Amino acid sequence: MQRSNSYIIIFAITLTVILGGALSLTSVVLKPLQDKQVELDTKKKILGAVMDISNIEDPNEILRIYNEKVKSLVVDLEGNELTTDPKGNPYVAENVNIQKNSKMDAKDRAYPVFMFIENGQVEAYIFPTFGAGLWDWISSYVAFGEDLNTIKGIAFDHKSETPGLGARLTEPAVQARFVGKKIYDQNDNLVSVYVVKGEGNTGLTDYEVDGLSGATMTTKGVNVMLQHYLECYSAYIEKVKSQKS
Amino acid sequence: MSTDVAEAPIEVVKEPAEALLSKRRKRIVADPLNEDNPITVQVLGICSALAVTVQIKPTIIMSLAVVFVIVFSNLIVSLIRNSIPARIRIIVQLAIIATLVTLVSEFLKAYSYDMYKILGAYVGLIITNCIVMGRLEAFAMANKPYDSLLDGFGSGFGYAWIILAVAFFRELFGSGSILNVEIYEPIGNMLGVTLQTNGLMVDSIGAFMILGIIIWIQRTKNGYVEH
Repeated sequence: MQRSNSYIIIFAITLTVILGGALSLTSVVLKPLQDKQVELDTKKKILGAVMDISNIEDPNEILRIYNEKVKSLVVDLEGNELTTDPKGNPYVAENVNIQKNSKMDAKDRAYPVFMFIENGQVEAYIFPTFGAGLWDWISSYVAFGEDLNTIKGIAFDHKSETPGLGARLTEPAVQARFVGKKIYDQNDNLVSVYVVKGEGNTGLTDYEVDGLSGATMTTKGVNVMLQHYLECYSAYIEKVKSQKS
Repeated sequence: MSTDVAEAPIEVVKEPAEALLSKRRKRIVADPLNEDNPITVQVLGICSALAVTVQIKPTIIMSLAVVFVIVFSNLIVSLIRNSIPARIRIIVQLAIIATLVTLVSEFLKAYSYDMYKILGAYVGLIITNCIVMGRLEAFAMANKPYDSLLDGFGSGFGYAWIILAVAFFRELFGSGSILNVEIYEPIGNMLGVTLQTNGLMVDSIGAFMILGIIIWIQRTKNGYVEH
């Protein structure tokens, strides 16, 4: 059946208004819930670097632990604390978008620092890192002990590394390989940690981590990412160290 | 035009007599489950069948999303089928599908963020799933709402059971578990051996192989003639 042009136009407009209205309504109604989910996801990742939270089901419990134990601040490349962002709003470390930041020049970025506090003492410093894997981005939250040298834990995330190969980064067994590794050598030079090629290597030094068989490109990305971000955080690390001694 | 007028009254007389689940209507639901399955026979929607079937849990969510989108887009399009201008019908269908898919995606993000992260892109790609548009164009545009609803359920579940079957075998052989419950480990402990998982199953290639085997079994059973 052939309809007139005006009928078609009116039909299209009506349809657009109805569908668009339904979509904007849902978006507005669900926004607070979605924001909370994103917040929870970030905080889970941060906590995941220092403690095992896989058996805590209740989201409110995770938020409670986080609020109780984690303090955060934002620093710049020189290690100075930043209180307000370029627009003049106060910085919230949890809201700093690491992915967006990673595209900026190293000296323009804001670097969030999360401190895990136990009995009034800083137990661990957690730094977010962001880089490129084989297919898409990879990221991590790496936690250091109070010496800011020994890795206490690391939590990786990735977008689309190959399942069973590069995606194994997120397995607890793989992440456990980083624990106890150091990033400074005896002369206090930053060497970062290095994931070696192949799996089942023996005689690894304090700076080497056993690799993932079949995922050399992903682990190369991990090495570059950690090296780069630890260099960026090194000014802050030095600062904290000198304050302690 | 004259034939339209002649046919219309006959249909109106016949319609109330038809049972809620008459033989014809049962066939609408049953055909896509087996003999006219969208994946194995029509070979539509293969892309998502490969992408989301590494584990069962995301596959269940994906199936529900597709069933929801097919059923409701079928119903809505069928309800307004007589007022949709023929010249823009494809765009209208697409707009309705896209709206429903976006709704699913938004709800997933708000209530099951972990699943949203796993499925994210693929839920959005339901829009381009040929099964959905295929049903709208081939069925809902020409049939009554209730029949279209049944057709949506048939095609939706026809899609769902195939990708669930693929996911079941992929997770079992690829990760040694079912619904994240370890299967290989206890069996291995009982027999005193380590059962190796098959890395191929975690890859898309595994899905192709399982899908191929399912199609093989189905065609051996049903017989298949190239039309």
